[in-house]
Amino acid sequence: MVSLTNLGWLLIAVIALALPVFASGYHLYQFSQVLIYAIALLGLNLLTGFNGQISLGHGAFFAIGGYGTAILITKFGVPYWAAIPISSLVCFGAGFLFGFPALRLGGLYLALATFALAVAAPQILSYKGFDNFTGGSQGLQMPKPHAPFGIPLNVDQWIYVVCLICAAALFLVAINLVNGRVGRALIAIRDHPIAAETMGVNAALYKTTCFGVSALFAGVAGGLSAVAVGFVSPDSFGLVLSLSFLVGIVVGGLASISGMIFGALFIEFVPNYADQLSVYFGEGAKALPGAIYGLLLILIMAVAPSGVAGVIRAAVRRLLDAARS
Amino acid sequence: MEFLHQFASGLALGGIYAIMALALVMIYQATQLVNFAQGEMAMFSTYLAWQMIDSGQPYWLAFIVTVLISFVGGMGIERIVVRPFAKAPILASVIVFIGLSFIFNALAGWLYGYSIQSFDTPFNGRPWFGNVYMSAHESGSVLVTFVVLALVYAFFRFTPLGLALRASAQNPVSARLVGVRVGWMLAMGWGLAAAIGAVAGMMAAPIVYLDPNMMGGILLYAFAGAVLGGIDNPWGAVVGGFVVGVMENIVGAYLVGAEVKLSVALVIIIGVLVVKPSGLFGRRIVARV
Repeated sequence: MVSLTNLGWLLIAVIALALPVFASGYHLYQFSQVLIYAIALLGLNLLTGFNGQISLGHGAFFAIGGYGTAILITKFGVPYWAAIPISSLVCFGAGFLFGFPALRLGGLYLALATFALAVAAPQILSYKGFDNFTGGSQGLQMPKPHAPFGIPLNVDQWIYVVCLICAAALFLVAINLVNGRVGRALIAIRDHPIAAETMGVNAALYKTTCFGVSALFAGVAGGLSAVAVGFVSPDSFGLVLSLSFLVGIVVGGLASISGMIFGALFIEFVPNYADQLSVYFGEGAKALPGAIYGLLLILIMAVAPSGVAGVIRAAVRRLLDAARS
Repeated sequence: MEFLHQFASGLALGGIYAIMALALVMIYQATQLVNFAQGEMAMFSTYLAWQMIDSGQPYWLAFIVTVLISFVGGMGIERIVVRPFAKAPILASVIVFIGLSFIFNALAGWLYGYSIQSFDTPFNGRPWFGNVYMSAHESGSVLVTFVVLALVYAFFRFTPLGLALRASAQNPVSARLVGVRVGWMLAMGWGLAAAIGAVAGMMAAPIVYLDPNMMGGILLYAFAGAVLGGIDNPWGAVVGGFVVGVMENIVGAYLVGAEVKLSVALVIIIGVLVVKPSGLFGRRIVARV
């Protein structure tokens, strides 16, 4: 018998594959963004949800992926399918290195350091000294990729397919990581670091590597985002981006894999729909996403710390129990 | 000349960072948590003051009423929002603080709009004592910083309430046994932090102008100051705040350029945490296994 979890994944896969048939143009672009966010959230959740290292600065790694890809494409003529993996590896390196000071920083201090990283990132990106590479505050523009080999897909559809392939691959990687020895080690380090070390888990290695892998996920997402938007600029990688990643993993469910899809849907569509409400609220509509984010963060922590994924899981279980009795 | 000018205005900004850092330490000592919403709380208080001044109230009346409202508001936040998470893991608390900062930011944007407002200073006119390096507001804001520090010191050193607060921060169990209402003391710590933060906001607003995102950079520098001085030591944090203010201006002017000044805070925070995590004046943390 197929397990319920697999059935859920099957459903998601069917919807994801059917989307290009029903959605087009801008809507499809939005769903590409959802997949991109889902990858970034997955990375952050590996670090924060599973390993307990709080990062408020994942927007910075997203930015390294995005800028790395954009610089490789525009300045060095590297094709996008090579630029994204290269810049993601750079992200892995950056994350791994950031993981070293992070080792010495307990939860709160790491949150402080990554918060500083998130606030400072846009200023560093628009720094005049790097103008030749980063384009300063103007950012970088690049053409969107077309489907190769004469595949009959338009630009938006092709970008969606690329994002879907990357997301599927990375979700598989994450599921396998988390459900195996590595995942148990990560969770053990989160829940009881000293006990984990006593059991022979190399906490330092796991934590720094986890930081690297997490940054790699963020880097892939950033690279895909640069290609999908066709543009990078310092302002799009500010504190708000980093904090909305945090909102995404909390809404989707800390230490959940499938929940990241809900988290990504949430952070993509809430600001969008709030924007449309400006007809009724005028300028006040700008405050709406922030208000929703803030209230939900506190409410979810108080009522349902396992997020949407946890709520769905509990609901399904209750339904099954009711059906059996 | 130019150097002295940078140094002097660094001192004025440093004073603002110092009182912000003091507010952070106030909450850290009581709960071992860093309040990421401190900046947005101060920003919201500043808007309250702006509204009162705008409707024709005298500056100092608005100032005092704002500080009082912030004090009560801070206590309310602790009792209603923070208290339920007292035993939750650090991650939950950090998420709640981020949620709070989202809410205050949205509330300010909703009520007062996102356009930049100018904010009055009570210290108008010519520079004080023929001080050519500082504007009147900068001198005044340094003065206010020292008045706040003196008041906080006097409160903790000479009043029974201050003693009770210190006791419940240092040893909550014993404090409760001798009849201190520790729960209320925690709320009071939050109230004090909110009130001190409001002063910082009102001193900063004439310099950075008033808008819902005005405190982002200031909070970061205050973090840097608190970490540099030792986040469990109020006087260390104050010294750290001043040092960061001066460093920010000097480094910004002579080394890296003003447009990447925020990275100074990043470098200070990571540098201190890696080299000497307890800060210059903090106690070393020893964990019991």
